[in-house]
Amino acid sequence: MKVDVTELTIKSASDLLAKKQIKAKELTEAFLKRAYGLNKKLNCYITISADVAQKQAEKVDKLIADNQPVGPTLGIPIAVKDMFTTRGIKTTAASRVLENYMPVYDATVISRLKEANTIFIGKTNQDAWAHGASGENSDFGPTKNPYDLIRVPGGSSSGSAAALAASTCLAATGTDTGGSIRQPAAFCNLVGLKPTYGRVSRYGIIAMASSLDAIGHFTKTVYDNALILSATAGPDSFDATCVQGAASDYTQGIHGGVKGLKIGLPREYYENLDEKIKKTILTAVKKLEGLGAKIEEVSLPHTEYGVATYYIIQPSEVSANLARYDGIRFGRDRSKFGAEAKRRIILGTYALSAGYYDAFYLKAMKVRRLIREDFLKVFRGVDVTICPTSPTLPFCLGQKVNDPLAMYLSDIYTVTANLVGVPSLNIPCGFIGHLPVGMQIIGPDFSEKLLYQVGYAYEQETKWYERKPSLA
Amino acid sequence: MSSYQPIIGLEVHIELSTKSKMFCWCSADYFGTDPNTHTCPICLGLPGAMPKANELAIKFAQKLGLALNCQVQLSSKFDRKNYFYPDLAKGFQISQYDLPFSGKGHLEIDTSTGRRAIEITRAHLEEDTGKLTHAVVEGEKVTLIDFNRSGVPLMEVVSEPQMNSAEEAKTYAQKLQQIVRYLEISDADMEKGSMRIEPNVSLRKAGGKSLPGYKVELKNINSFKFAQAAIEYEIKRQAEILNRQEVPTQETRGWNEQKSQTISQRTKELAHDYRYFPEPDLVPFVFDQNYFDEIKRGIPELPDKKTERFIREYQLSAYDVEILTRDKNTANYFEEALRVGKKFEIPTKHIANVIINKKPDIEKVLPAELIEGIVSARKAASIGQDELERIMREVLDKNPKAIEDYKKGKENAIMFLTGQIVKAASGKVDAKKVTFLLKERLK
Amino acid sequence: MKNPKSAFRLETRSKRAIRNPKSVIDIDYVAKLANLPLTSSEKKTFEKQLKDVLGYVSKLQKVDTRKVEPIGHITGLVNVLREDKTRPSISQQEALANAPKTHNGFFEVDAIFEEE
Repeated sequence: MKVDVTELTIKSASDLLAKKQIKAKELTEAFLKRAYGLNKKLNCYITISADVAQKQAEKVDKLIADNQPVGPTLGIPIAVKDMFTTRGIKTTAASRVLENYMPVYDATVISRLKEANTIFIGKTNQDAWAHGASGENSDFGPTKNPYDLIRVPGGSSSGSAAALAASTCLAATGTDTGGSIRQPAAFCNLVGLKPTYGRVSRYGIIAMASSLDAIGHFTKTVYDNALILSATAGPDSFDATCVQGAASDYTQGIHGGVKGLKIGLPREYYENLDEKIKKTILTAVKKLEGLGAKIEEVSLPHTEYGVATYYIIQPSEVSANLARYDGIRFGRDRSKFGAEAKRRIILGTYALSAGYYDAFYLKAMKVRRLIREDFLKVFRGVDVTICPTSPTLPFCLGQKVNDPLAMYLSDIYTVTANLVGVPSLNIPCGFIGHLPVGMQIIGPDFSEKLLYQVGYAYEQETKWYERKPSLA
Repeated sequence: MSSYQPIIGLEVHIELSTKSKMFCWCSADYFGTDPNTHTCPICLGLPGAMPKANELAIKFAQKLGLALNCQVQLSSKFDRKNYFYPDLAKGFQISQYDLPFSGKGHLEIDTSTGRRAIEITRAHLEEDTGKLTHAVVEGEKVTLIDFNRSGVPLMEVVSEPQMNSAEEAKTYAQKLQQIVRYLEISDADMEKGSMRIEPNVSLRKAGGKSLPGYKVELKNINSFKFAQAAIEYEIKRQAEILNRQEVPTQETRGWNEQKSQTISQRTKELAHDYRYFPEPDLVPFVFDQNYFDEIKRGIPELPDKKTERFIREYQLSAYDVEILTRDKNTANYFEEALRVGKKFEIPTKHIANVIINKKPDIEKVLPAELIEGIVSARKAASIGQDELERIMREVLDKNPKAIEDYKKGKENAIMFLTGQIVKAASGKVDAKKVTFLLKERLK
Repeated sequence: MKNPKSAFRLETRSKRAIRNPKSVIDIDYVAKLANLPLTSSEKKTFEKQLKDVLGYVSKLQKVDTRKVEPIGHITGLVNVLREDKTRPSISQQEALANAPKTHNGFFEVDAIFEEE
């Protein structure tokens, strides 16, 4: 059967596989072909793992032929951010330091995706060590935005976003420490989830800033997103910070609608916002109001300290997490770190050093508590909040590379969810010209199902995911 | 020539004898194994790996804290201690900074001037590092690294600088070792490196009150003998410097066994800015009094208490008791032998003497076997036939019921009578022979 | 603090840092602590960029946190432990698989001189 892979979602592909209208092998080959073809244009993959994908596809076809039960992600081709440790597939974090690193074990999420019989198309490009908001900090060259090749796809999960937006896979994994899933999702017209801290195991995923890192993923639709979370979430004996509680089906209740739900618009996020972006988001909010949601303004007064707090805690943890790269047990020596990694190591080392700890790290941990308390207070009054994901549209390659502070400020609307720990879902909410705009739906701890419910209701009305990039 | 008072504090590291390592599932029993065969992504510090704390290691650490009279900490956590060294896999060591499992405590030692309590500053838990060996490979000087030891649970017990001689420092370290072994939380073997002591030594003018403005840390010490020798050497060395009106350099010095000297270890000078911060991959700990009470219940009678009781209960000399209680197994062995020996009315002092002087292998010779030996040794001096006849008659006269029981077929009655006769003969008769004679008589 | 003199020095540095973080980045000291070899041009660039960032983050000093406890673990979880049980280790071959230099089952580095 001939299919247009760009039209597929996980759900529709899964139906085709279950009905034996297409073989996993054919599906995989079609995506691999597209990945090879478009990678030249987009530089979204560091490694395309065709051998692995083909073997996985054969296994899936055998399972289907044997009439084994077909899980919702069986045979689904996905792309994996190169922060995820994959046994036998090179894992580089997009850094020259790990250029030839071949892991001997799998991250917990990778094991789960294997158990769910997804198919690994390849490992995606990213800002090295996940440091960045544009993808330009990759040691293997920048990734391009499929909607406009002179623009960045966002970062740090740049390759995952571009690979999926270009339909070289049906989902892609990411890590989000300060917006690294949500911002590229916004820039590439995708659904991107940063789950609650502790919802998805971090074991085996190269650590950036351990108290902030959240392991999530990109999909084209909200429903697809819930399917992947159902496979990846849940307690892990290897991750002491992963919460207990049985695995769950996150598609449950997704059709519930928004009638009667209270949605808060945090004033501080709209104050200095670009007028066009603001208008786009408020139009989306209106749509939700039309569907029966109650909209009210709320306040998160410590928002303005988010980026400052983040840029103390995050580099401090980065400086320790990157200390293991000494070129003895694996990888190359420390001189091979790129400029951004070096910058953050220096900043973090400085902030933690004797005499500065109280003024920086400890102070930041106090303000972090105040920021969390703001959120807890707001969620006593509303079910979710909606705010912009990025202060700008996808910017041009090279535009911010020489100004780290300007680049850091790209995270202004996303870092707070990481500091607070709460889940946040980016969903596409329209276009300005040819460039996509995304908005965040943020809820209290462990409210992913609610975020999906709101996102799904909006998506059914708008279906922005149907607007594909033209990559001919 | 002025006279000086040595000021000595001790940092003691003790590897805990848990089955698995501190933060991973690898076997902690690494001694003598092939290099890098006891590792995993966690203790090798591979990208992405995360620690998971060993519950038993924490209990062991708290047990030692309680045994050292330390303040228990109701809330605690692990921190990252950041520094670079090739034996440190992650570039930081998971350790404890401001909330160690155990706070201030003390340990009493006997010194030439009597019993004294040495204050413990803190006792915390951390992970051990890998092991470095220096070698020449193809003509090049290289350092080889084995990570089998990496991540083994390691306690650090820090004392206040309150010891004033090498002898006192040795006594303190030995007492600590004895307690650790009583608790069965480590074999605390200096030669194997499962106990390591790092004395810090400085001198002040005799009669002075304040601490000297420098101290010298001593490393590479793998026996109590060397500890004593190193401290003594250092006291002499520093006194000579001070006599020249100079101040010894604050530094780390290693004990060189061949030269019988301490030698300066010029490691990179920046080492002391450790940039501690809470380990984000591990959540904090909260304990309540019940939890500590439960641990306390698991603490056996400790050396001081046992010594005191042995002297009181068994009226033995302090010298004898010191030997008997040096390790818990000997003390238990002695008490078990006493219980068995009671039947034969062997005097306590006699059993103690045999254990102290003959040093039976307590792993191989059961206490009952030891007593059997004592009893048969006594046979040489056993009582005569007439005396035995008299005792048998007496016992039989006093126990008509037992005779009746035996005649009705109760076999234990004969054992009872035998016991009575052996006892009346103060054990100086062979029980088997008595049984035989009784059976003849009661036919 | 091991040396009372250096403690005093750090205390002074800290006060200066809070007042004006832009003036006191000792990039050589920090690079040494971080075990990071930097070229002189990198040092220059970073010094300027770090001053910008530190200038920005110094806005936190405006927040009154006198009555605020630093946040602990964000999950609120406590006492997550594992039983003292062993699982098989990885093989020596796997342990050494990514190492640039090995010798007889050991990782190898250039000699570290401990004594002089």
